[in-house]
Amino acid sequence: MAGKTLYDKLWDAHLVDLRDDGSALLYIDRHLIHEVTSPQAFEGLRLAGRKPWRIGANLATADHNVPTTSAERLSGIDGITDEVSRLQVKTLDDNCADTGIVEFGLGDERQGIVHVMGPEQGATLPGMTIVCGDSHTSTHGAFGALAMGIGTSEVEHVLATQCLLQQKMKNMLVQVDGELPPGVTAKDVVLHIIGVIGTAGGTGHAIEFGGSTIRSLSIEGRMTVCNMAIEAGARAGMVAVDDTTIDYFRGRPFAPKGEHWDLAVKAWRDLVSDPDAEFDRVVTIDAADIEPQVTWGTSPEMVAGVRGRVPMLADMPSESARQSLQRALKYMGLKEGQALTDIQLDRIFIGSCTNSRIEDLRAAATVVKGRKVASSVKEALVVPGSGLVKKQAEQEGLDTVFTEAGFQWREPGCSMCLAMNADKLGQGEHCASTSNRNFEGRQGFGGRTHLVSPAMAAAAAIEGHFVDIRAWGN
Amino acid sequence: MDRANVDTDMIIPKQFLKSIKRTGFGPNLFDEVRYLDEGQPGKDSSQRPLNPDFPLNQARYKGASVLLARENFGCGSSREHAPWALEDFGFRVLIAPSFADIFYNNCFKNGILPVVLPAEVVDQLFMELDATPGFELTADLQKQEVRTSDGRQWSFDVDSFRRHCLLNGLDDIGTTLQQADSIKAYEEKRKAEAPWLFTG
Ligand code: SF4
Repeated sequence: MAGKTLYDKLWDAHLVDLRDDGSALLYIDRHLIHEVTSPQAFEGLRLAGRKPWRIGANLATADHNVPTTSAERLSGIDGITDEVSRLQVKTLDDNCADTGIVEFGLGDERQGIVHVMGPEQGATLPGMTIVCGDSHTSTHGAFGALAMGIGTSEVEHVLATQCLLQQKMKNMLVQVDGELPPGVTAKDVVLHIIGVIGTAGGTGHAIEFGGSTIRSLSIEGRMTVCNMAIEAGARAGMVAVDDTTIDYFRGRPFAPKGEHWDLAVKAWRDLVSDPDAEFDRVVTIDAADIEPQVTWGTSPEMVAGVRGRVPMLADMPSESARQSLQRALKYMGLKEGQALTDIQLDRIFIGSCTNSRIEDLRAAATVVKGRKVASSVKEALVVPGSGLVKKQAEQEGLDTVFTEAGFQWREPGCSMCLAMNADKLGQGEHCASTSNRNFEGRQGFGGRTHLVSPAMAAAAAIEGHFVDIRAWGN
Repeated sequence: MDRANVDTDMIIPKQFLKSIKRTGFGPNLFDEVRYLDEGQPGKDSSQRPLNPDFPLNQARYKGASVLLARENFGCGSSREHAPWALEDFGFRVLIAPSFADIFYNNCFKNGILPVVLPAEVVDQLFMELDATPGFELTADLQKQEVRTSDGRQWSFDVDSFRRHCLLNGLDDIGTTLQQADSIKAYEEKRKAEAPWLFTG
């Protein structure tokens, strides 16, 4: 019999019951909660007279719908000027207080984007099953966990039963080997992968990212890759455990201590796919082929190397591909064949659960240090992923580097990644963004998003258009 | 909805996610392509300028309960507000060559049946729909088939547990809680193997 994949192992270890029809009851170790997808779930529980099954398995924070200006954040919830948003954040507070679920509220330095906060606290660990009412929960697969986004009905189901009803997915391996060229980052790796397999390429699969390139990435870099597994169509992405993983969790507040730590490490060492494991699908990628990436269209698969051009209509393989290109060109205000470095930018956004960790801020700061944001750029934002990332960056003086260059230094939250709060694009504006979705309207009605790495966004801020980071600045 | 990769941001834009309710999302379904102006929560949608090119604004689709769509429908965010909005608008059945995983799952939890049919069939249905005023499709979950009014039919697959729940309007949580003993037994076993997971 063939060996097991990492996904098989995580699945088997959490199986409570397998039904005859193939559906399974899977035990959930950690449930992260935020303000937008949970109110209806708590209400559902209340209406049915149910209680959370295991309170300690839950951890909450408000991130999606919180303002990021210091002025609004100074007075906590009461400082939120948008009434509807204030009620939503307050509802999370009330629900947590009622049930006894731990919440990092506004003003707590541990508050932040769920997917930054969880690993930072050691609240999400290798070997766990982790869910959250947010599709980018796949981020936590970076350290050998099975992590998936769920809908609100499932949030309620997990709260009430600590389990999730699941169908097993297929196994897919994306193997990236070789050394990354200078200037090419984890973000470029994952955008390149999506460019190769498409946004539905991983549908129905759990993707394991493997190979020497992936192993050479930091945990932060691996999180960036797994974060966007969902943009590749896969509900879960993961990377096997190695020393990098284990070192990352040592000493984190929620991580196991003493004897438990030793036991845990022993178990975590097994969180790798067996050498003879079989995958349903394997995609191999050579790191040497990866360039700094820029998305030009309205889906993450509409992506090219920064030296590239917007495709030509005549080159499209089918009529429907031609139509979708035409629609994207119209929405994005671009011409076929246009060079990506010609795209002029109105706004810059460095943040989101994809790229708002300390490593990302350092990479961006290195680029902007001693330089100025181009005068044609209306606004450039840096939004740290959590209060602790913000504090660390300030200790390193990165905030000053950014503000001296003309960036705004904000309070942690999702901010312009989904633009639920006041941080958004105006109609027709182009934005270099380190986030993960470039859908129509994602960052504001009529806004035009280009996804890039933090270093590429920083360089674009200085020049006012995209530049090839590999050849720039020296 | 004749376009591929329709994402949940398009189905229901984020400004409407501020609501703490499950209902009332129908008027803002496909908001950004359905209206010509920018929608805001609380704004009366009946007074807003409609986009004449958007199919759901055309008289012939009034009262439709089956939505024909293209591949990878529902990709993007996990927001259950997407099926809530579709349901609130009146859709009960979605037909497409493929759906994004989380969205597909969310549909069943809200009484919506997502039907996967081969791309060629969907193509043909789109063509007939364009060419035939009054074209009607029916989906029969019991028999697992989609029918045209002139009697042609295509069968589709659906997971038996989901079909059972949808047909009987069963509450997932109640069903799972019948297995409370198995969950507790799992926890005991797991606690012995991996005690660090249970310190919280
Ligand atoms: S940063 Fe963006 S993608 Fe990440 S959780 Fe927030 S809204 Fe979702």
